[in-house]
Amino acid sequence: MKETPLSNCEKRFLLRAIEERKRLDGRQSYDYRNVRVSFGTDYGCCVVELGKTRVLGQVSCELVAPKPNRATEGILFFNLELSPMASPAFELGRQSELLVKLNRLLERCLRNSKCIDTESLCVVAGEKVWQIRVDLHLLNHDGNIIDAASIAAIVALCHFRRPDISVQGEEITVYTPEERDPVPLSIHHMPICVSFAFFKQGTYLLVDPSEREERVMDGLLVIAMNKHHEICTIQSSGGIMLLKDQVLRCSKITGVKVAEITELIQKALENDRKVRKEGGKCGFAESIPNQKITAFKMERAPVDANDVEEQAEEIIMKADPPLDVFAKPILWTPGTAQIGEGVENSWGELEESERGEEEDDDNDPDTLEDPKMEMEDVSIVSKTKKDDTIVLSDSEEEEVVILKPEKVPKKTRTPTSSKQENSSKKVSNKKRKKKRVSY
Amino acid sequence: MAASGLSAEVDVGQVVLPGDVLLLPAAPNADGERLRLGPSSAPRGRLLCGPGLRRCAAGLLVTKCGLLRHRPPAGAGTGGGAYWVDSQQKRYVPVKGDPIIGIVTAKAGDIFKVDVGGSEQASLSYLAFEGATKRNRPNVQVGDLVYGQFIVANKDMEPEMVCIDSSGRANGMGIIGHEGLLFKVSLGLIRKLLAPNCEIIQELGQLYPFEIVLGMNGRIWDPREVISTPQDWIHQQSGLLHLFVALSPNLGTGAFL
Repeated sequence: MKETPLSNCEKRFLLRAIEERKRLDGRQSYDYRNVRVSFGTDYGCCVVELGKTRVLGQVSCELVAPKPNRATEGILFFNLELSPMASPAFELGRQSELLVKLNRLLERCLRNSKCIDTESLCVVAGEKVWQIRVDLHLLNHDGNIIDAASIAAIVALCHFRRPDISVQGEEITVYTPEERDPVPLSIHHMPICVSFAFFKQGTYLLVDPSEREERVMDGLLVIAMNKHHEICTIQSSGGIMLLKDQVLRCSKITGVKVAEITELIQKALENDRKVRKEGGKCGFAESIPNQKITAFKMERAPVDANDVEEQAEEIIMKADPPLDVFAKPILWTPGTAQIGEGVENSWGELEESERGEEEDDDNDPDTLEDPKMEMEDVSIVSKTKKDDTIVLSDSEEEEVVILKPEKVPKKTRTPTSSKQENSSKKVSNKKRKKKRVSY
Repeated sequence: MAASGLSAEVDVGQVVLPGDVLLLPAAPNADGERLRLGPSSAPRGRLLCGPGLRRCAAGLLVTKCGLLRHRPPAGAGTGGGAYWVDSQQKRYVPVKGDPIIGIVTAKAGDIFKVDVGGSEQASLSYLAFEGATKRNRPNVQVGDLVYGQFIVANKDMEPEMVCIDSSGRANGMGIIGHEGLLFKVSLGLIRKLLAPNCEIIQELGQLYPFEIVLGMNGRIWDPREVISTPQDWIHQQSGLLHLFVALSPNLGTGAFL
């Protein structure tokens, strides 16, 4: 299937926004998206999320004969795959130009930088060495595949344990994990790629471009670096002329970003190690935030039922009686009008059932976004979302009441029977009404 | 589930899953034979199968997960009406008469190819614009946005769209958007926003005046410009975007992401 084309207006909009140093997702030019690392139950299996871009990494090993010219070195093999699941534009089993480029860059970043000690993978010189295979699958594409893939590769390698072996004369024994604990690979350093997108012939620079930004960019610069500020790979594509200053500035930014990401990776690895040691639950199922069907069943919390009636009254007051079919055109508010008959849902009107939910919807984004991940810096995006919802409720007549129901689970506003409570409510109701008058 | 089967009437408003079989209310047997698919107006007492449902021997077979919806028949007839499954899917399936926003991807002779988000591109004749004649061609470039509606949409044929109504008027349709931003939300949210008296639109309208074009294919076009207004402008724009995107999973069925 063809990928959805980018319309002219989107292109224009993005470029204009970039000229004003703004980005669609609310990031600053040099901001990186949130990185999230989660591990599978097996060693060497991880998922890295960079914003909405997701890459699954899996490391496996095998005993093979070494290459004749490098008899004492283990073999490293990298393979990135872009499946149609990530984006409809990707086709299965086709070596696209992008894929070749990404694979090559990964190899340069991880193999040529000698971050893995390949000599330690040798078992018997010239006869048997370990072949380490890193498979990376792109699960969702939202821009900047290479950064996500490089993080996933190095995290999976760090997490991986190979079976322990012993050599006695001619005999090689491979121990199962039950017999002897598997051993980690020896990793010298962790190279991480950071991408920079250039716009308007290099006038504007963005770190970590999203998918839409990648489509309008003029050029891309990828710098791979480790936390010791050693550049492992640098690649510029897109055919733009870069000045020395720009490259230097990019490498400085890379240094900062790499330090942050490395710290995050180490924390994640440490966390995982601790959980495994304690025999706790690990694996993807544990690390996925509660974004499933049951997520809307909120956690039970003791509810203050004092202002329930007020709230109910509020909702009833706010809700207009459902209107019948409109004559056209309809003026919603000054500036927003509806013309034509096509705008109605041809499958019937749904409002009745949803009116009640509306109130809850105001609060849900926050709880949904609620970051369950320990090692993340606070997301800017979710912050802005939060702001928005609050702004939305500000428009109500009474901001106090709207902000409150955040903790109230939906549809549990049962009418209380005790008279005492009722009377106290009435008092507060009166107060409320007085307030309203004063407004 | 399939073995036991649930009554379609009882299940309205409930979550149904693919493979569920809904037993129809006791209707005259002859009705089943005259089942009609598609959004054409059903005669009184007849049953209409909407998206996500398929007719099977026992009753209705559910093919999508979502909330079961029902609309009673227009007349006083019993045991008919329309059943459909309301879900939060993102893949658009063309439906005749739907107003949609498309992106022109190619100019091929006397038709334009338009991406509408469906599995296949729609075709749009250059004559299907208001005031267009063989001499007076509309100025459409590749990458432009068009707002129009489907006149042909069925599963075996290429969908065809037009930017005029039956009387040849534009009626708001045509080329839109040399400026502004296009973004995508789930189909459920679009249906919600297009429902009469939508509260989100009203609330937003109280915040600041705005104008948007909504396509049933999940696309929203906001015509405002970056530069035309002061600095905080893009905050509004991306605010709108984020708001919709944030609301998107919570609206509609309320249970599906």
